[in-house]
Amino acid sequence: MTVTLQIDGKEVKAREGMTILEAAKEAGVEIPKLCYHEKLKPYGACRICSVEVERKGRARIVASCGYPVEQGLVVRTRSPRIDRIRKTLIELIAPTTMVDGEVVGEIKKLAKEYGANIHRFESRFRAKPTRCILCGQCVRYCDEVIGEHAIGFVGRGIERRAVFFPEKAKACLTCQACFDLCPTGKIPSETDFVVFDGFSIDDYLAGEL
Amino acid sequence: MVSRTKSPKPTKVSTTVSKVIRNYQQDKDKLIQILLYLQSTLGWLSREVLTEVSEQLQVPITQVYQIASYYKAFSLMPRGRHIIKVCLGTACQVRGSPRLLDTISAMLNLKPCETSEDMRFTLETVNCLGCCAMGPVVVVDETYHTKPSPSDLRKLFESAK
Ligand code: SF4
Ligand code: FES
Ligand code: FES
Repeated sequence: MTVTLQIDGKEVKAREGMTILEAAKEAGVEIPKLCYHEKLKPYGACRICSVEVERKGRARIVASCGYPVEQGLVVRTRSPRIDRIRKTLIELIAPTTMVDGEVVGEIKKLAKEYGANIHRFESRFRAKPTRCILCGQCVRYCDEVIGEHAIGFVGRGIERRAVFFPEKAKACLTCQACFDLCPTGKIPSETDFVVFDGFSIDDYLAGEL
Repeated sequence: MVSRTKSPKPTKVSTTVSKVIRNYQQDKDKLIQILLYLQSTLGWLSREVLTEVSEQLQVPITQVYQIASYYKAFSLMPRGRHIIKVCLGTACQVRGSPRLLDTISAMLNLKPCETSEDMRFTLETVNCLGCCAMGPVVVVDETYHTKPSPSDLRKLFESAK
């Protein structure tokens, strides 16, 4: 079954069951994303993919990576409201991803595009700047695609961390699939792939993360 | 899958864990109950115990730790013979529990979540024990104390061997 919807003023045909983000991509409209990955189940953690959808004249904000297309849906991927939301989201995650006074990776590109003030929440930031935005791509890719379960989340709230389990990480040496996924570049820059010093469950248990 | 490289001693840990898991019908959905049971009988959940649970229940170790590290009911570090819990819930905070915590912390020379080297005390904080009217509340080995004075505390700690 195909449905017809409108994305940024363009008529777009999409297959039922697709998400707005996927339909937009096929139509050549890029929506920013930090936790979405085409091989993984939608996660809906970062909300940077938020778009405005209008149905029966009512507009609301949804996460496009998890929202299925519908017949007659009107989607706006850029609007003053959307841009403002994305700008704030980037400002909120900026302090975590600050390295030497600059945000890194994907966040840097997005901050520039949306004119985010990366220092806006700096003084109120109480968590540790771990360079991890908890997008879960590494954890989910290792679970859902690779099946090794070598990296997982522990803790909760501002103490939540992604950590490697060295005894499960034998395959990592040659796999390294999570290297390119990490939107902040934390994994390639902080992993030694042998003992995972400063990045392992044992460091977490020792209270060092 | 990688075979277990550890020496094939049928350790006590693996027998304990397998008994518990059998009592819960090897059911993955009962992971939390299994962990709670192990926590209450062993006092804490060691890396060895959790690895056994993961292998015997066939739940990835990442998932086991995700759950074990999420709930405060689980302890991932050894705990002392006497557990001291200071309530930092809203009502107790208002009634001065942060200062009480500082006092206790200084008396025992322990920071929250720490265990003394002689394994005598573990100091913990909790968020509301459901008896706010009694606040600030300190629980020593399951006994609730209302607004204990420094000398009350000293007596309590001295009597705890
Ligand atoms: S380490 Fe990187 S990929 Fe993994 S959750 Fe954190 S930001 Fe995402
Ligand atoms: S990409 Fe949609 S919520 Fe992260
Ligand atoms: S806040 Fe301490 S018992 Fe409720």
